[in-house]
Amino acid sequence: MKCSDFLKELTDYLDNTMDTQTKAELEEHLQWCHNCYVVCNTTKSTIEIYRDSRLYELPDELRTRIHSAIITKCECHKNDVAANPPATESPAKKATE
Amino acid sequence: MEAIENNVVEPPSEETLLVEAARAGDIKAFESLVRRYDRNVFRIAQHITQNREDAEDVVQDAFLKAYQNLGQFQGQSKFYTWLVRIAVNEALMRLRRRRPERMVSIDEDVKTEEDSMPREIADWSPNPEQQYTQAELKDILGKTIQGLPPSFRTVFVLRDVEGLSTEETASALELSVPAVKSRLLRARLQLRERLNKYFKRRDGDSRP
Repeated sequence: MKCSDFLKELTDYLDNTMDTQTKAELEEHLQWCHNCYVVCNTTKSTIEIYRDSRLYELPDELRTRIHSAIITKCECHKNDVAANPPATESPAKKATE
Repeated sequence: MEAIENNVVEPPSEETLLVEAARAGDIKAFESLVRRYDRNVFRIAQHITQNREDAEDVVQDAFLKAYQNLGQFQGQSKFYTWLVRIAVNEALMRLRRRRPERMVSIDEDVKTEEDSMPREIADWSPNPEQQYTQAELKDILGKTIQGLPPSFRTVFVLRDVEGLSTEETASALELSVPAVKSRLLRARLQLRERLNKYFKRRDGDSRP
């Protein structure tokens, strides 16, 4: 196995979504190829660091503000629909059918 | 009696009941769905837009659109995957508005495989993130992911940060599974390459 072949399989290897035969071949390559070993480990760390980073948390104050804006808009939409129901569901139309 | 028991249909999940109630006009039920997923949608939106105000607007618009279109939600995918699709489209639209000079598309495939080939092979210090304060680390990670093309960082955030499966990511982005895998590999390798300069082992580091 060449290093370029290893790289093509890296995502499936890290996600553990490959057959046992291919996995064994990759692990055999990792035994002697230091470069692929380093790339594999540091890519795994990259994923873990981002996953654990809590980057872009939604602050409580902003969360409350966003909630109230969403619910107000949804209520407006609900009232609009109630005041102007779609033509097919109109009671007046039903009455004429 | 046994035959009847075997035919018992699984009860609908709590989420399915919330979606059905919201569709019938129950705003409280919809509020529960907002509370369940707002943090995720905000994180996805900010990763894509790289702008806090845009991310706020995306969260509001995505949930409002979801509410207005609940009637079209078929229940074939999870509600969350459907919501993510709406949020990603809203976020990309805002990014296009902000950067009209640049092509912004989830279909973009801007670089060749060569651009993702590792150039620098350097081992990292053990627990490299601990060399930095939380604030420094967030700054490094934010700046680093900002440098990726939008289509790569979108796939990375859905798959690796939010934990969607490859199939769910493909469904949310309306991409094929091989396209998701290709972008994910390149996103991961490019991030790794860019983080090298912050995390690589220095001469004075002791071996683990």
